Amino acid sequence: MRTTADQVLLLARRSVAHTARQPAAVIFPLLFPMLLLAVNSGGLRAETHLPGFPTKSFVAFALAVPFIQGALFATMNAGTDLARDVETGFLSRLSLTPLRGAALLAGQLGGVVALGVIQACFYLLVGLAVGVRPAAGVGGVAVLLVFAAMIALAFGSIGAWAALRTGSSEAVQGLFPVFFVFLFISSMNIPRNLIATAWFRDAATANPVSYLLECVRSLIITGWNGEALGLGFGIVTIVAFAGLSLAAYTLPRRLAR
Amino acid sequence: MRRNLSVAQGVAWRTLHNVFTNPSLFVPQLAFPLFFFTAFVGGLSRIRDVRGFHYAGGYTAFQFVFVLLQSAALGGVFTGFGIARDFETGFARRLLLAAPHRTGIVVGYALAALCRWLVTAAFLTGVAFAVGMKVGGNGIDLPALYVLAAIMNTAGILWACGVAMRLRTMQAGPIMQMPVFLLLFFAPVYVPLDLLTGWIHAVALVNPVTRVLEAGRSFVAGSPTQVAAAYGAAAGLAALFSWWAVRGLRKAEAAG
Repeated sequence: MRTTADQVLLLARRSVAHTARQPAAVIFPLLFPMLLLAVNSGGLRAETHLPGFPTKSFVAFALAVPFIQGALFATMNAGTDLARDVETGFLSRLSLTPLRGAALLAGQLGGVVALGVIQACFYLLVGLAVGVRPAAGVGGVAVLLVFAAMIALAFGSIGAWAALRTGSSEAVQGLFPVFFVFLFISSMNIPRNLIATAWFRDAATANPVSYLLECVRSLIITGWNGEALGLGFGIVTIVAFAGLSLAAYTLPRRLAR
Repeated sequence: MRRNLSVAQGVAWRTLHNVFTNPSLFVPQLAFPLFFFTAFVGGLSRIRDVRGFHYAGGYTAFQFVFVLLQSAALGGVFTGFGIARDFETGFARRLLLAAPHRTGIVVGYALAALCRWLVTAAFLTGVAFAVGMKVGGNGIDLPALYVLAAIMNTAGILWACGVAMRLRTMQAGPIMQMPVFLLLFFAPVYVPLDLLTGWIHAVALVNPVTRVLEAGRSFVAGSPTQVAAAYGAAAGLAALFSWWAVRGLRKAEAAG
């Protein structure tokens, strides 16, 4: 048990150090969502005048988006790093050691979750600095950080599965546009009940990313909303379970001993 | 001049052949603008109900102009990625050795970017008309919009070309893309300039892309405004980045 914990810790440390040594992998996930937040909150401020818009501050409304975007970047980081380990033969060398498969996954994803929480803290601090006050209070902030960690784990496990399945960092990078489509065809920029185009509203309603956004948004704008929290945590748990199961199923083929 | 042209033709043909025979390059160039168009028009059409929004063409046409100009500028940048790849693989160095007139290389890449974007523009226009975009402009207004976008495409490729020739690595991708992305999104993307408030309004006022965007939208609405300012801004960017690209070429030559 202790050996497995040591293995996880070592690999998590390697994952974090690997990311920290690539400035682009750290700065881009922090900076890009903030730039998009700045642009959208400036450009779409007029939207708050629409009847039924849930808040007078578009920044508060849009602050949920960086949490999901950050998770997308986490997916790419986790997947690309693991795929590079496959490409460079690091994983093959690991297969010659007594390392447990579960420890490899947990270590890799531990690094992603750590980065996801750091990103979430950064986004929250920026939000607080520009005057956003989470309606759910300090408890809500704690729940938000737990949710951010779960999102990073869920999306990171999908990235890890893609990396193990394809063994190609280029193929993992190719997933990015797919995730981006999910993000844009959601309630990212406007509440679902205010979307005028019927097919887009239906697509956003069917899109699980909308519920992840609404979970974060509820803690910032409305306070404690059981339905939004239940849907958000439920969906992220299902995605994490599916991603981890797929990655665990694929891992033995890559770690053939 | 003739030899310059033959170099340009060769580079353009090779670049276009690479793009149109490689689905991983060709599909995103069509999919991304379509995706932005869908997300903006579908998701944000309610903005037409915001007080003060009086665009004659409706929200579909309003966003079509932005996405068209975005596809033009970013289409140029994506061609710049190919230049960086050519340097990484060593092809560009062989090209520099073989070309009798090296400015023809830059012209060739610019021609390829333009042809590449024309396909995207035709596709996007077809989709926009299919979903019911209304055009108030006449037979001169609409071509004027495409000419404006073509100049933006040229400015985009020349900027990216200058970066690629200086850094000569694919890792320069974000440096090519990010400033163009910011310049585009610091313009009145979602609402007209008058409806922007605060810092974004101040930034949009001095952003040259704002003039291009506002003129483009006025062409589609059938009431052209700020035409000289828009063409001046676009041509100014293209001229500035021509100098930037040629200086980049000289740096690449010096680097060997």
